[in-house]
Amino acid sequence: MAIRERLSGNEAVAYAIKQINPDVMPAFPITPSTEIPQYVANYIANGDIDTEFIHVESEHSAMSATLGASAAGARALTATSSCGMALMWEELYVAASDRLPIVLALVNRALTGPININADHSDSMGARDSGWIQIYAESNQEVYDNFLQAFPIAEDPRVHLPVMICQDGFITSHGVENILLVEDEKVKDLVGEYHPEHFLLNSKEPIAVGPYAVSNYYMETKRGQREAMINAKEVILELAAKFEEMTGRHYGFFEEYAMEDAEYVIVIIGSAAGTCKAAVDKIRQTAGKKVGLCKIRVFRPFPEEELAQALKDRKAIAVLDRSEMFSATGGPLGAEVRAALYGAKSQAETVNYLYGLGGRDITVEDFEKVYGRLEEIARTHEIPDMYEYIGLRSR
Amino acid sequence: MKSTEINEKSPWQDITEGNKIFEPATSRHFCTGEWRTSTPVFDEEKCKQCLLCFPVCPDSSIPVKDGKRDDFDYDHCKGCGICAKVCPFGAITMKEGK
Amino acid sequence: MEKTYNFKEVMSKEERLAPGHRMCAGCGGTVTVRAVLRALRPEDRAVVGNATGCLEVSSFMYPFTAYEDSYIHNAFENAGATLSGVETAYRVLKKKGKIDDTFKFITFGGDGGTYDIGFQSLSGAMERGHDMVYVCYDNGAYMNTGTQRSSATPQYADTTTTPAGKVSDGKVQVRKDLTAIMAQHHIPYAAQTTFTSNFKDLHTKAERAIYTPGAAFLNVMSPCPRGWGYDPSELMTICKLAVDTCYWPLYEVIDGKWVLNYVPKKKLPIEDFLRPQKRFKHLFKPDKEELLAQFQTEVDRQWEALRRRCEL
Repeated sequence: MAIRERLSGNEAVAYAIKQINPDVMPAFPITPSTEIPQYVANYIANGDIDTEFIHVESEHSAMSATLGASAAGARALTATSSCGMALMWEELYVAASDRLPIVLALVNRALTGPININADHSDSMGARDSGWIQIYAESNQEVYDNFLQAFPIAEDPRVHLPVMICQDGFITSHGVENILLVEDEKVKDLVGEYHPEHFLLNSKEPIAVGPYAVSNYYMETKRGQREAMINAKEVILELAAKFEEMTGRHYGFFEEYAMEDAEYVIVIIGSAAGTCKAAVDKIRQTAGKKVGLCKIRVFRPFPEEELAQALKDRKAIAVLDRSEMFSATGGPLGAEVRAALYGAKSQAETVNYLYGLGGRDITVEDFEKVYGRLEEIARTHEIPDMYEYIGLRSR
Repeated sequence: MKSTEINEKSPWQDITEGNKIFEPATSRHFCTGEWRTSTPVFDEEKCKQCLLCFPVCPDSSIPVKDGKRDDFDYDHCKGCGICAKVCPFGAITMKEGK
Repeated sequence: MEKTYNFKEVMSKEERLAPGHRMCAGCGGTVTVRAVLRALRPEDRAVVGNATGCLEVSSFMYPFTAYEDSYIHNAFENAGATLSGVETAYRVLKKKGKIDDTFKFITFGGDGGTYDIGFQSLSGAMERGHDMVYVCYDNGAYMNTGTQRSSATPQYADTTTTPAGKVSDGKVQVRKDLTAIMAQHHIPYAAQTTFTSNFKDLHTKAERAIYTPGAAFLNVMSPCPRGWGYDPSELMTICKLAVDTCYWPLYEVIDGKWVLNYVPKKKLPIEDFLRPQKRFKHLFKPDKEELLAQFQTEVDRQWEALRRRCEL
């Protein structure tokens, strides 16, 4: 029987770590992910797990030590947010290129400039090209469930890539919700024992990690990473199927909400999907309009074909981004969804709005307005505001 | 995939995962002896087997076995001449060229 | 702790750095690596770490590794943190009964990767007390990128970013005293050494560093013929002059106790060390006597300070 609990997103991730009992966790405090290493340190202090904690002096060292531990043959992970992840940036690329099955619990927070501690996706979106698998969550339940699937995905021989499990800072990380926890034995079954094929501490087979690779090898190496990312798609779905069998909870690349007959669709990532669902329900109930939601769970690898298939025949689509990329044309999710739709020869009118930067609230009414605008665009085929901020004060 | 089977013409499928190498000391297959512009010549007669030349070699090119050195590993010696300078017995002389 | 030094026996140990790496002819860096790894007991395995630098790009150029042991390079500024992760993995995997061999952890960084960009990562690793050795092969500049100034570059050295010119005498500042800074981390062992003819000083210190439980730091002056501007064959002469002028004193700090390992019978003037090196050529032009005198004063000041520390 699943265990009913009330946990914050950070507690839920820490609880998943406890159930997994990984080998090494280097971490450095940063709001709002700090609680995760705190909880883990408590588990260690009380003998609940035999994980070794490394009290590193920076996030760069956190990822560096995680990488060293993973190469050595340990199951290793860390947690961070925002600027902490920015400081790891270089190491994210190295971890992916070294093909190490590291897991990172990321609590999304706006990058500094100005300093801000609230949710947005500028940290992980900036790392979207680093070669990490990225899985996002709407709720505490989802981040817990995603976290349990992370190591088996990362460690699958077809993949061998690092995995980032993302949740929205404060909104889910500190918000306490009802949650169903998976029994310890089932977690052990799912995650399994880690037996790396090659590792530094194998005295029978010395290995060398992290070479200088000249241009005759670099491009072939990148192609290998791409292959792993392609393979990750089937592995992610296999894990989701296994997880569903175990818990009854269904996961895919994205969640389709009220999409069967939807004409006006919002595409979004993370916790704001919950608010959007409320707007969908309200509009359908009160106005009977065919509105729907597509919530991205897996952003890397990007499920381009599947997403295009789900979206291409709709009347109008709004892609909502929680991070700027200053291309002066939109946000990262917008760019990729629009590229997918172009490839699928979609005729749907598509706009890209930005919302929630630095923790700005987005309300049911905001989503209602977006759906209203989509209806207008579909009717007039005119897009007056392709690239706009939702909830922005303006003169 | 063995490192000796990987070269600059290998297809991407043959490049080891994460560029890891699963064998020790594969650099032996790369001959740095080509770089030499001058060459140490070992005079076994003059050598007193003091081994002072051994640790100063940056290229591990003086093989020592059972406390005795052998002739140079010319596949790898770069001809820097440090060994010739430290030999107290004149058993190593540098000659021009390879 | 260690046996009496038997030179022949030590030199007969199995070589752990293979030839075929791409370091320059006459490089001091690989002489350091060979000597440090030689201090490992034959039955022990090691994981060798490495900061980005000459040594890394030359000793593991895909697919050629020069190491008999497992090796990991990660980036420029994180050799300390990377190896601390490896060492921690070792402890936990041993605890969990997943491995049973004995491994030692040794990481190499140049002075750029150690004194400068990797300083924080090194400080963290030493402070946490991982059972590892951090070896700085100090050649006093960023040699891999073409001899740029580091905080280990001696005063007045002509480097590509502190060129001596009409209104410049080379690097302005004196060197950072990293060995002392590392000793102040209260680690059980920190030492400074370089190559002496029988390599006893370096070997003994490497052995102590590796087999003292806890974090250890070794600073090994490893001359760079290209960056310093001397004939590659003169490696050992340069090292001897560095030690006999007291430019590079040989000392160790064992559990907080400072020990001077060598006092030259006749302390040579610093000019003897500087003259053979092109990077100090400008100091020997007319009217630069004052700079040489100042250099000498600084060497004397540091030497006396070290002697006082070692007498306590």
